[in-house]
Amino acid sequence: MRVLAAMSGGVDSAVAAARAVEAGHDVVGVHLALSRMPGTLRTGSRGCCTLEDSNDAFRACDTLGIPFYVWDFSERFKADVVDNFVEEYAAGRTPNPCLRCNEKIKFEALLDKAMALGFDAVVTGHYAKVVRDDAGTVSLHRAADWAKDQSYVLGVLREDQLEHCWFPLADTPSKAQVRAEAERRGLSVAAKPDSHDICFIPDGDTRGFLAERMELEPGRIVDQDGQDLGQHPGARAFTVGQRKGLSIGHPAPDGKPRFVLQIRPKENKVVVGPKALLDVDRLHGIRPSFAGPAPAQAAQGSWTEAMVQVRAHGDPVPARVRWVAPTPEEGAEVDQPALEVEAELVSTLAGVAPGQSMVIYIGSRVVGQATISEAHSSAWSPSALADA
Amino acid sequence: MPHRPVYLDHAATSPLSPAAREVILAHLDLVGNPNSLHGPGRAAHRLVEESRERLAVAIGVHPSEILFTSGGTEADNLGLKGTWWASHGRDAHRRGILLTGAEHHAVLDAVEWLVAHEGAHTVQVPLLSDGRVDLGAWESALATHGPTLAVATLMWANNEVGTVQPIQAAAALASRHGVPMHSDAVQALGHVPVELRAPGLSSAAITAHKLGGPVGIGALVLGRDQKPVPLQHGGGHERSLRSGTLDAVGAAAFAAAAQEAMANLEEEARRQTGLRDRLIAGVRAAVPDAVLNGPEPGAMPGSESAPRLPGNAHFTFPGCEGDSVLFMLDMAGIASSTGSACTAGVAGPSHVLMAMGRAEAEARCVQRFSLGATSTLADVDALLAALPAAVAGARAAGLSGVGR
Repeated sequence: MRVLAAMSGGVDSAVAAARAVEAGHDVVGVHLALSRMPGTLRTGSRGCCTLEDSNDAFRACDTLGIPFYVWDFSERFKADVVDNFVEEYAAGRTPNPCLRCNEKIKFEALLDKAMALGFDAVVTGHYAKVVRDDAGTVSLHRAADWAKDQSYVLGVLREDQLEHCWFPLADTPSKAQVRAEAERRGLSVAAKPDSHDICFIPDGDTRGFLAERMELEPGRIVDQDGQDLGQHPGARAFTVGQRKGLSIGHPAPDGKPRFVLQIRPKENKVVVGPKALLDVDRLHGIRPSFAGPAPAQAAQGSWTEAMVQVRAHGDPVPARVRWVAPTPEEGAEVDQPALEVEAELVSTLAGVAPGQSMVIYIGSRVVGQATISEAHSSAWSPSALADA
Repeated sequence: MPHRPVYLDHAATSPLSPAAREVILAHLDLVGNPNSLHGPGRAAHRLVEESRERLAVAIGVHPSEILFTSGGTEADNLGLKGTWWASHGRDAHRRGILLTGAEHHAVLDAVEWLVAHEGAHTVQVPLLSDGRVDLGAWESALATHGPTLAVATLMWANNEVGTVQPIQAAAALASRHGVPMHSDAVQALGHVPVELRAPGLSSAAITAHKLGGPVGIGALVLGRDQKPVPLQHGGGHERSLRSGTLDAVGAAAFAAAAQEAMANLEEEARRQTGLRDRLIAGVRAAVPDAVLNGPEPGAMPGSESAPRLPGNAHFTFPGCEGDSVLFMLDMAGIASSTGSACTAGVAGPSHVLMAMGRAEAEARCVQRFSLGATSTLADVDALLAALPAAVAGARAAGLSGVGR
């Protein structure tokens, strides 16, 4: 089949492409130009700050003997990922831009373009597995190496997208093995370091990035009982669970550090409290999607035993989950009742922010995900601070 | 896949001509440095100077007017920056650069650098819809800004849309207002008749690899009365304006290729024009909404009414991103171009089309097919056979990104 290998310039995608070539497929390498360098002399030039990565991807394709192209998705990336990232923070939520990029760019804009241009599938270096059953139905599963597993950031993919995805690193026991394989294949990126940061915030200073892009006004920091503790530079640049950057003059009564429990963007307030109050045991999710066929329980609204994971490299926790139809609001479209998700956690999770995705697993299978709209603690409820 | 790649990107670089190839092979083992004072040095020196003379005769200039460079970009930089510094050095009020928006990046980026770092400013002259400079506006800009202009620049033929500019007229006007003028003649030389020492023209950039010579050697054709400030300093080669040991073999190959191209110019121009017109008609038949950019092909080159390069065809395919069409054709074994790409390999909107007054959306949907000495009817037919599917795929890909 004709496959498009999305080449980031890193070792994983290079080895994934190599395996696709070795499997006898007709492979073309494509690097995605996602960011624009502001202030460049050449009007309209774009994607050029990925020059080194692009060149690494090019050299990998040379080694593999496959054609290479750079496709420009910088406008879509800015609109769908970067602007969305800022908007979500502005609304007091904490988005996951990698998940968003997979949803909107890699497996939508890129996949759609690839299909239109005659490809059958898109190959990436993600550590996750697409399983096709005897009936040809696809579902998403964790990678063999759970330590490297990236199924969380792919949890947002739908069945129609997964049908055209291929992750050749799915069954690789370890990253070390991928590096060794790259070395053996003569790929120059064999020892290239992994990327960790948000790609469009290369210096890692998320607050600085946000501060340049939204209006921040000083506001009040209050504790879990509503008691005023001091001033913050702008509530919207904070994240639930954050500890640093809270310049509160006086210590907590027990002398222990305080953490951000909640962002209240409308009141421009940051609620802080002891670490214990970060623990939540009930999650509410909206806009669910299914990474394969929707389970029967989704239609029935019955509780299902599952595992819930709320961040890319966080531990999954056991939970019972159900998909429910919300009480329709006035003006809502009645013909398409959007489901919502309730999750009751068996063990608690710390520092869960609205905007994060909860990905729901049954065994190794990714059932789907939903965007967290509320996180509740049995020890403390944000409603204790209900708007007066 | 076809047996041989169908190469329709001669404007990017052309295959080595048989004459150039022969000269390179004959001199590969040459040892001497042309500036050495011994026998081998004199042999290399002789090869350089004989090549300079041979090239001068071929292109109609005096040998001392040829300054060999590493190529067109260097020649443009020397002609433009060097002349700007010299003019500004003589008269501090002269800071302006007269130009159009359709220049090659070797000129545009050199100008942007002068603006950013040397206090230069630009006076931009609009283009007519076919890419030709508006000579009336050129003249009035000279009349208004003449005393503050350090240099004027106008490319002889446009690399994207193939428009041949009225250089003689523009140079005469610049000269009348006392402004030195540079022209990027890289695309024109060997393809249309060019008068590189046209009255009023101070300098012109040319290069070997667009007319059958090797990559890595070009020249600045520079009037003997011109003294631009050099870009690079060293051993004082090339009238002390371009230091650096000369590529004797490259110069010989450049001369051989130029001689061949100039000797065959009329016949090749006629042949390529015939192929190109067939290509244009075929594309219009295959893709009815395709828009030909640049001048409508008409009479033979050299006449006033046909200011288009013989081998150039440049289209807008509405709704098709340029890189998608390029990809589909490349997969079918056909090499074409979107005209411009940044260093990371991203196809950008055509600044030339935008300078011609077209919208950015339109400037993204372009494809250039450029013919050369080795192009055949079979190449054109192969393109026409592959194009409908390429455009259909690109159109589907273009639509897939809309409205999400």
